[in-house]
Amino acid sequence: MNHPENIAWLVLLLPLAAMAVILLFTRADGRFSAGISIVASLASFVISLALLAMFGLDKEANLGQYPGLTQMAFDWLAVGPLKVSFDLRLDYLSLLMALVVTGVGSAIQIYSFGYMQKDRDMGRYFGGLSLFTFSMLGIVFATNLVMLFIFWELVGVSSYLLIGHWYERAAAGDAAKKAFLVNRLGDFGFLLGILLIWGMAGTVNLEGLQNLLQRTEALGTMSGVAGLLIFCGVLGKSAQFPLHVWLPDAMEGPTPVSALIHAATMVAAGVYLLCRLYFIYTTPPAWPEPLAFLAGFSPLDFIAWTGGATALLAALMAVQQNDIKRILAYSTLSQLGYMVMAVGLASPGPAMFHLCTHAFFKALLFLAAGSVIHALHHEQDIWRMGALRKRMPVTWMTFLVGTLALCGLPPLSGFYSKDFILAAALDSHHGSPALFALAVAVAALTSFYMFRLVFVAFLGSPKNPAAETVRESGWVMTGPLLVLAFFSAVAGLIGIPEYLGGMKLLTFEGHAEGLADRLIEPFRHSPLAAGSGLAAAVIGMAAAWRLYGQAQSDPLPQKLGLLAQVLRQKFYFDEIYQGLIELTHEALARTADWLDRWIISGLGVRGAHGTTEFAGRALRLLQTGNLQTYAFLFAAGALLLLWWRLKW
Amino acid sequence: MSVGLEHYLVVSLLLFCLGLLGVILRRNLLVVYMSIELMLNAANLALVAFSRFNNRLDGQVMVFFIITVAAAEVAVGLALMVALYRRRQSAHVEDLTTLKL
Repeated sequence: MNHPENIAWLVLLLPLAAMAVILLFTRADGRFSAGISIVASLASFVISLALLAMFGLDKEANLGQYPGLTQMAFDWLAVGPLKVSFDLRLDYLSLLMALVVTGVGSAIQIYSFGYMQKDRDMGRYFGGLSLFTFSMLGIVFATNLVMLFIFWELVGVSSYLLIGHWYERAAAGDAAKKAFLVNRLGDFGFLLGILLIWGMAGTVNLEGLQNLLQRTEALGTMSGVAGLLIFCGVLGKSAQFPLHVWLPDAMEGPTPVSALIHAATMVAAGVYLLCRLYFIYTTPPAWPEPLAFLAGFSPLDFIAWTGGATALLAALMAVQQNDIKRILAYSTLSQLGYMVMAVGLASPGPAMFHLCTHAFFKALLFLAAGSVIHALHHEQDIWRMGALRKRMPVTWMTFLVGTLALCGLPPLSGFYSKDFILAAALDSHHGSPALFALAVAVAALTSFYMFRLVFVAFLGSPKNPAAETVRESGWVMTGPLLVLAFFSAVAGLIGIPEYLGGMKLLTFEGHAEGLADRLIEPFRHSPLAAGSGLAAAVIGMAAAWRLYGQAQSDPLPQKLGLLAQVLRQKFYFDEIYQGLIELTHEALARTADWLDRWIISGLGVRGAHGTTEFAGRALRLLQTGNLQTYAFLFAAGALLLLWWRLKW
Repeated sequence: MSVGLEHYLVVSLLLFCLGLLGVILRRNLLVVYMSIELMLNAANLALVAFSRFNNRLDGQVMVFFIITVAAAEVAVGLALMVALYRRRQSAHVEDLTTLKL
């Protein structure tokens, strides 16, 4: 083979082929379909590994400077000067992301084989998983904005299919619709952004656009608007405030789907997009005349504060949730807020690093939670669990590893990636002390709600008869847990920052060689960030132990009163949106209905019909059939004409 | 008193109005038909009068044609009326309203 990079097409197309085979031929046989899907996913993973070994780790290939494109490509669309070609982009970023997607995805698929064993629609489920993997890989390898947008929408479709997998349940159907519609809202802005960039710069090719923006100010005064519009897509897909409402509801899907959405795909797509298009934000921001009041702000400021607000709000909401999956969902929101904030602080590298580590430990946490739910026959309330530690040792140990990683305790992965973000907030040039304080507060809250979950569900005494007789899940489910736990533990130390640093835009502060160096790097590079992050985690854990160590029921509602109620109801966002929709959308619908009923149908259609019919009825009276009446009328008409002509 | 064009025209007008009133008011189909002939002849009279006063003959030639055609028309009209009477046993215009909606 002269062009070994062409095997990247296999990574992309294998899941698609698996989906096609499953949906067309083998859907009825769930176990066989599962096998096809898992094999395809694993093969994609292995090929991604091979690609990484061939190009990513090869210093001479220098993908950071010259991203590789597959030699095999085809023109998908050519309209005038616009050319959209389908080829795959290989650089450090896409190779890493492909590894995360296929790796974590494979673990989740294997786990699903155990989790969905009794589901009669297992074939359809695995078809959906394959489609999801394919769409996400499409985003990862995309070389132009059009291709990116197509796969972006495909991710939306496949998430709709999977969230609504148990469509017989009304809640699942509603959640799927909600996720789809909220995403559409953000995608609308994204599409406008793409059109704007195409219109101003004349190209949708990422590489071409980047070169163009380096040389000229192709976006002119619209650079700020373009940045914000692109960010709109991220708002929807990565569930940032104010479009975060779909993510917790998406918990209605099967638990492995939640793991997939929250870890490797979907929400990661938003952050990946920001990193991929980060060069747009490096141009000096300029605003058109009507938005002149924004002068002095850059889109990055909006991004940073949106991320910070999401992180804080979601962490607060998580404190008072009782559903094990919902706690994890809000924790994902909060961590996504961190990543988006990091991009906003001009540090896309740390955001990407956190995305990778988060993919490992969040997938682990969801799968472990799924193991608990599965063992307890779909019980999700943490106040009906308790003392699972002794009965489910593997789940317990892995969940603990995931929790510690999420809370950011060294030497687990979360500590290192979170530390980079905290350090970015402290940075004298781009940082902001307010955001740093916020991020530390969120770290403390994270630790608090995660250990609340651990203490209530896994320690203490059984709060439910079923929790006393529960049994550990089978190896199909615990195996992926162990693998993910291993990576959650070490992902911070295997050199992802150095690897990503090969890309010019994703460079990291500080440099470390060797394992021992990496272990202590955060303390050397930014001791304040590392120290406060660690302190926040410990404080949160201690507070959780004090309140929930032996609790039989939640003591917080009594202590906080109304505030706890507000937190439990998620700040009433759903209700506020409901009201807003009724005020605007419903009012519009009612006006349109009134117009349709009375103006168009009443006046227009029925009016024309009524007038004609009435005139007809009146004129019918003239048709007597009597010859002499006609003769008389004729004569009278002739006389009238005569008189009228002679008068003038 | 010499007889001028206006006298002829007034007679023609009176004849026409008589015919028209007959068409509008009389019930019997035969009488209505005769009234129509009256109106036709009123027009003939006017034509002949104009022709005479203009010293041109084409008006009178026209009248010959009209009389010929009217004779043919009467033959067709009377035949229709006889057929109608045979079918309906009536020659009254009030009875002939089947064209009404």
